Amino acid sequence: MNDTVSSTQPRQHWMSILARAPAESIEAALTRDGPLPVWTRVRGPETGLVMVRGRAGGSGSPFNLGEMTVTRCTVRIASGTAGHAYVAGRDERQAELAAVADAMLQDDARGVETLVAPLAEAQAAQRRARAEKAAATRVEFFAMRTMRS
Amino acid sequence: MNARLDAGFADPVHDAQTCFRAVLDAMSHPGRITSVSGVTAPAPLSNAAAAVLLTLADHETPLWLDPDARAAREWIEFHCGTAIVTNQEACAFALALSLPALDRLPAGTHESPETSATVICQVSGFGTGRAFRLSGPGLREPTLLTVNGLPRDFVSIWRRNHAMFPRGIDLILCAGDRLTALPRTVTIEEV
Repeated sequence: MNDTVSSTQPRQHWMSILARAPAESIEAALTRDGPLPVWTRVRGPETGLVMVRGRAGGSGSPFNLGEMTVTRCTVRIASGTAGHAYVAGRDERQAELAAVADAMLQDDARGVETLVAPLAEAQAAQRRARAEKAAATRVEFFAMRTMRS
Repeated sequence: MNARLDAGFADPVHDAQTCFRAVLDAMSHPGRITSVSGVTAPAPLSNAAAAVLLTLADHETPLWLDPDARAAREWIEFHCGTAIVTNQEACAFALALSLPALDRLPAGTHESPETSATVICQVSGFGTGRAFRLSGPGLREPTLLTVNGLPRDFVSIWRRNHAMFPRGIDLILCAGDRLTALPRTVTIEEV
């Protein structure tokens, strides 16, 4: 394990984006500059359950919230670097491609600009669109407030 | 994580079932040689030893790893998810490249003899080397086992282990793709 705090943070960032990106978008991002790299599967992709735990009020004693379906995969690319991915759901292709992207980004973190940034942008746009749609139906209760005063 | 990480079983469910059956057959017929497939072990493990670990070891079974086998440590931790302990007395499995001192490993208690350790020991080969006569439960008639790579005083070591019954260590011998087992119930004599 050579992971230090400094190398963990950017990795958390790119994995948080890859874990939310659908398989087709990851594949499109990986094949933008040529064919997919060659990799071998070390483990998986395999689907299982993980227990999600929470704390009441954020600081209470831990309790089991419930189980969620997670698919994980570990691959090794030609340089020998291993990439790991855990994604929510049962999309094995997504887990495998996210693991490949993880390995490539560990070798060359500059890939974040070309590979992860467009995915992050698309996810942000999707969130914005959803927020706007919800905002359009917002009910303001100021009318009742003015009536009372 | 710079070491090259290799794959585990090619077909995790079926290879583990096949390997479990191989260990079960060997344990119930001491000295019977069975074989495993589906895994390419990292050095210095033999394929059989690696397959037994993948099949039996998990996060509930602390493993003592021979210091000479530390090159395989990362592979074992990744694929088995097992805790590797340095204290031999706390282990459930011991993986050794040569037979360790059996009296330092947990032999279980009279109340729960199943808490003893199982030793997965690599030997040089079967069919050559010294011959032992095995008898006991699972063997209608005494059988011969020829093993290369056990210590010279193995018969007296085993006599002490066997005498502790129902306590005692169970031994799985691995060489290449093949394995056999010597449960604590078996009596071993030199031929």
